[in-house]
Amino acid sequence: MDVLNVEYMLGLVPVLLRYLPLTLQLAGIGMVFALILACLFAVVRVLRIPVLNQLTIVFISFFRGTPLLVQLFLFYYGLPQLFSALTVIDGITATIMGLTMHFAAYMAESIRAAIVGVDRSQTEAALSIGMTNGQLMRRIVLPQATRVALPTLMNYFIDMIKATSLAFTLGVTELMGATQKEAAGSFLYFEAFIVAAIMYWIVVEILSKLQNYLEIRLNKAYSR
Amino acid sequence: MIKLTSLSKHFGDTVVLDEIDLTIEQGEIVVIIGPSGTGKSTLLRCINFLEDPTSGTISVGNLSVDAKRASRKDILAMRRQTAFVFQNYALFANKTAIENIAERLLVVDKWPKEKALKKAREILAKIGLDEKADAYPASMSGGQQQRVAIGRAMAAGAEVILFDEPTSSLDPEWVEEVLGLMKQLAAERQTMLVVTHEMSFARDVADRVIFVEGGRIVEQGPPSEIFQNPKDPRTKDFLKKILATNPAIPNHS
Ligand SMILES: Nc1ncnc2c1ncn2[C@@H]1O[C@H](COP(=O)(O)OP(=O)(O)O)[C@@H](O)[C@H]1O
Ligand SMILES: [Mg+2]
Repeated sequence: MDVLNVEYMLGLVPVLLRYLPLTLQLAGIGMVFALILACLFAVVRVLRIPVLNQLTIVFISFFRGTPLLVQLFLFYYGLPQLFSALTVIDGITATIMGLTMHFAAYMAESIRAAIVGVDRSQTEAALSIGMTNGQLMRRIVLPQATRVALPTLMNYFIDMIKATSLAFTLGVTELMGATQKEAAGSFLYFEAFIVAAIMYWIVVEILSKLQNYLEIRLNKAYSR
Repeated sequence: MIKLTSLSKHFGDTVVLDEIDLTIEQGEIVVIIGPSGTGKSTLLRCINFLEDPTSGTISVGNLSVDAKRASRKDILAMRRQTAFVFQNYALFANKTAIENIAERLLVVDKWPKEKALKKAREILAKIGLDEKADAYPASMSGGQQQRVAIGRAMAAGAEVILFDEPTSSLDPEWVEEVLGLMKQLAAERQTMLVVTHEMSFARDVADRVIFVEGGRIVEQGPPSEIFQNPKDPRTKDFLKKILATNPAIPNHS
């Protein structure tokens, strides 16, 4: 076995770092959309809104029950075939769509559980003073549910960052795609991928630290 | 004035409220007593539409709602006329004491923030909890939480405040401060409908005591009459039992 080419690895760091922002953007944008969608799904499920509830159940089941890679291919290759207006769907858009729907399906269930976990008597108290269902959700239930769900949602965000690496299969040159290209040029596969792995690892470690900090803060919330 | 006409509530085949007729005058303090499981909570909850009554009419102030034809708008309007104090306080855990009291003014009555907070501060002073304005429910004692819950009900400016066993979940040490606040409200002639097992409160404060059993009003009258000279054997039986298990209650006024 050859010795590790450390010089090559160090040289690769600044090259690959240029692609890290795209990775983070994919995850960041995907997370924002996924959160919005997940909240909507969760509210539909909790209030059992007719028709929408059934549709949501099927949607969630599908996106939890199929591999993310299959979903990405469906969006990237499948959609343009169905809708000719979408012939220009690019890899980045397809990745964000896939990440959004896949993770919204998971997060909806966490948010739903957190909503159901909010003491039912507070719901009655809010209704008793004449609040509408919408006001009740926005002002009383969701703020409390968010605090409960936040650690789990952070976990999904971490998962999503790692899942962005699948975007390279749609021709997106994010961190994984760039590494692939570099490795193919130098034939130093191990060196290239270990550098990429360490970069993912550092990002995730930072987020885990943030998660721990938030969890401690949140446990103290509402107790002043 | 509150007027219930033939108010009924069925859960499936079970008749929990059986054609209740009840009129409460403005400023009247009415206490409901009776064994558990006889529909006392359900009666209060129907007035506030936390349960949908099966049939009958509810009139509060100049609002009258027929249970069978109650629209969403009617229900919201009725809830704005009636305030509820729950056994387990049910304060909003994500809001401070002052926010709990101001919430209804801000969100339901759409008052500007300054005005709502000013009013909430007045109420806090009245319930003796100014220093807890910025405390969250989790850091308050049961008695303090229930006083804030009563403050939240006061803020509504409702025609009537409905109390469902407001001291039953409290440690004994906090019962007096909550009853004290209720007495203060009674002295101001706030119309109140109170379900309680605190017979001394009924005796000292109520204008009228109603004994309920099996979803019906069995007997009602001024406390002196109900406690000293109950007519119905079921009332006698209930009072004998409750006075035996609660020696703190005086037998003669
Ligand atoms: N949501 C419900 N579904 C079915 N039965 C109920 C429900 N709520 C109350 N009941 C029944 O109605 C009866 C009266 O209950 P409740 O009004 O709570 O009595 P109380 O307050 O006098 O103890 C009880 O037998 C109870 O089991
Ligand atoms: Mg009850």
